[in-house]
Amino acid sequence: MTSIRELPREEYLLPGTAACPGCGFTIGLRMALKALGPKVIMVVPAGCTSIIQSPYPYTSIGVPLLNIAFAAAAATASGITQALEYKGDKETTVLVWAGDGGTADIGIQALSGAAERGENFIYVCYDNEAYMNTGIQRSGATPFGAWTTTTWTGKKEFKKDIPMIMAAHRIPYVATASIAYPIDFYDKLKKAKTHKGLKYLHLHAPCPPGWKIPTDKTVEIAKLAVETGLWPLYEIENGEFRLTGPSKILIDKNRRKPVESYIKMQGRFSNMTDEDIKILQEWIDKQWEQYAEMLKQRK
Amino acid sequence: MAQTLTITGNHAAAYGAKLSKVQFISAYPITPQTVIVERLAQMVENGELNAKFVRVESEHSALAACIGAAAAGLRTFTATSSHGLAYMHEMIIWTAGARLPIVMPVVTRAYAPPWSIWSEHTDLLLERDTGWIIFMAENNQEVLDTIIQAYKIAENENVLLPVMIGMDAFILSHTTTPVEIPDQELVDNFLTQETRRAFLLDPNNPITHGSMTYPDWYMEFRYLLYKAMINAKSVIKDTAEQWRKLTGRYYGDLIDCYRCSDADITMITIGASAGDAKEATDILRSEGYKTGVIRLRVLRPFPDKELREATKNSKLILVVDRNLSPGIGGILLHEIKGAYQTIKKQPLIHGFITGLGGRDITLQNFITMFKRGYEILEKNEEPGLEWINLRKEVL
Amino acid sequence: MSLEIPLTPISHPTIGASGKTGTWRTSKPIINYDKCKDCLICWMYCPESSIIRTEKDKVLIEYDYCKGCGICANVCPFKAIDMIEEE
Repeated sequence: MTSIRELPREEYLLPGTAACPGCGFTIGLRMALKALGPKVIMVVPAGCTSIIQSPYPYTSIGVPLLNIAFAAAAATASGITQALEYKGDKETTVLVWAGDGGTADIGIQALSGAAERGENFIYVCYDNEAYMNTGIQRSGATPFGAWTTTTWTGKKEFKKDIPMIMAAHRIPYVATASIAYPIDFYDKLKKAKTHKGLKYLHLHAPCPPGWKIPTDKTVEIAKLAVETGLWPLYEIENGEFRLTGPSKILIDKNRRKPVESYIKMQGRFSNMTDEDIKILQEWIDKQWEQYAEMLKQRK
Repeated sequence: MAQTLTITGNHAAAYGAKLSKVQFISAYPITPQTVIVERLAQMVENGELNAKFVRVESEHSALAACIGAAAAGLRTFTATSSHGLAYMHEMIIWTAGARLPIVMPVVTRAYAPPWSIWSEHTDLLLERDTGWIIFMAENNQEVLDTIIQAYKIAENENVLLPVMIGMDAFILSHTTTPVEIPDQELVDNFLTQETRRAFLLDPNNPITHGSMTYPDWYMEFRYLLYKAMINAKSVIKDTAEQWRKLTGRYYGDLIDCYRCSDADITMITIGASAGDAKEATDILRSEGYKTGVIRLRVLRPFPDKELREATKNSKLILVVDRNLSPGIGGILLHEIKGAYQTIKKQPLIHGFITGLGGRDITLQNFITMFKRGYEILEKNEEPGLEWINLRKEVL
Repeated sequence: MSLEIPLTPISHPTIGASGKTGTWRTSKPIINYDKCKDCLICWMYCPESSIIRTEKDKVLIEYDYCKGCGICANVCPFKAIDMIEEE
């Protein structure tokens, strides 16, 4: 594991962005650019990142970036990747930086196609669990019980499991990550870069306005998501599943904090009844039984 | 050595792309475009063409992939038709705003419902507000030649706009005719290999493309697009001249005027059936009628001045629309009417809608339409719009 | 006078691209250097790249752009950062 002092000093996310104070995913973006920059070309579909870059004629991003239409990120990245290969450029990485909207919903077709074709780029989905840029509407990645402007009494469905969908494409590297554990994310990006084919990372990123949390609690709440087991940190490398970082010990149910502690900290879950929270807790426990199975199968 | 092959319009399009040494192809199959893509896939896989070929999962992704590759510096190519074109529409608009010189044949085909794979021009014309230069070919040779010319026009530093080339479904796409395949060397000298670009994704020079732009700047970018279209007119004309000098082949500059300069009645149309209109003109001329045909070779930039000049002596203009814009009628009719608004002595303009869903427009239909024109003049009728070759029961 | 703009919107990397975002603050982080152990955790988490890591691996806040979110104060293991209300 990289030590904090070994993290590169260069900043490719320049201060003075248009992001909300306490924005979760900018922590991740800053780390991703340290891991992959400066020879990285970003592809950004419509979403928060389209805006936090800052308006023309200035940009807060210190690497080449192509903004593109909402549904088109993975296809556009395929084109850039092939062009770099054609030109003999073996050093530059292509990085898609897409929200949960542009990944789980409108962008999933292009992503699935790129994965099946084995296109050689890194795709990071920064998951703030709703269409935040357009004002907090629900996405396929919005969790059970969450308030959004299109689910006023809380979302009734559970979250779409995109990392597992991507793993089913048999791509060489899939990982989940959290902005609470930037070094885990950094190391996963470095590892992803060593693989050829589509590499998919799913980054949990709290959003203060969308989750109705104070701006200083972004990291604390992201940590709690991991500590309750709601957000497992894992990677699937060449088909082999393993838990990473603080998630390793959570295979033991008693080490997982009760999900209620996570729910109670966020205004977006204020609609949830005790019954709802119980359903969620059971769901989490069931997920971990599956992870335990996956670990057992490895041996 | 230039060789003549007997090939379909689709194959001719593939040869056009090959001779232009395109470096990146990404397309999604749709009847009747499929064979363009299949032939290019063959050429890439057997080493005839050194290009990246991405078999995407939709047309929207096809053009998105071309945008990515073009932004990274490659010469790119795609092709589609009808519903594919409609699905791609969002990215078509994007390409023009990003000033990427992508070239795309469009095999013009009717829209559903109901499903129809046969020729009509509504699909191509629906894209006329997107900022793409739009050509429409009359024959397979023109398809091949125009693709090559298109790269020269698109990549010109005063243009930098994408180019669409319409070609009638089945009438051109699947009909075999002799086509001369120019020498690779001739094309290499005609097209420079270094693509000029409006921007480039390059880690040595990091820039962000397409940031949010407030109202205090957006309009200027659209003005530059507008200006580029104006510049395109002279570039299109020069390129056609250069191609004529190299190959002897010429399809008109923005318009293809056939016996129109002294015509009493000029018929204006686009695409393959212009050939039948020209034949009707010859027959009628031999009978003493002074008719002429103008085929619009280019729809965008719209050749308004060129049309007015070419029909100086015409009393009546007949527009044949193989398309429909419900609520206003024939699309070309209204664009052409607009072209004549600026002059005092306006000719009468009468429109026909016919050939929708691939229904044949026969030589007899064209003769009928011209004769109808004479009837309008003789009887002093109010010009309007009528449907030709429609089942009478439905009226 | 001609207007120099690119043909298509191209933006250049700029510090403070959205202006001096430090003016957004309602509270301001102050590092208590007596308690600070140079762990760099605040530097790692700052969403605005507004904590400067000096050559000697010390930290200081870049107040021109710091939005006052308070994450640094929240993550500091030594409680060495205080958030002070600003006017």
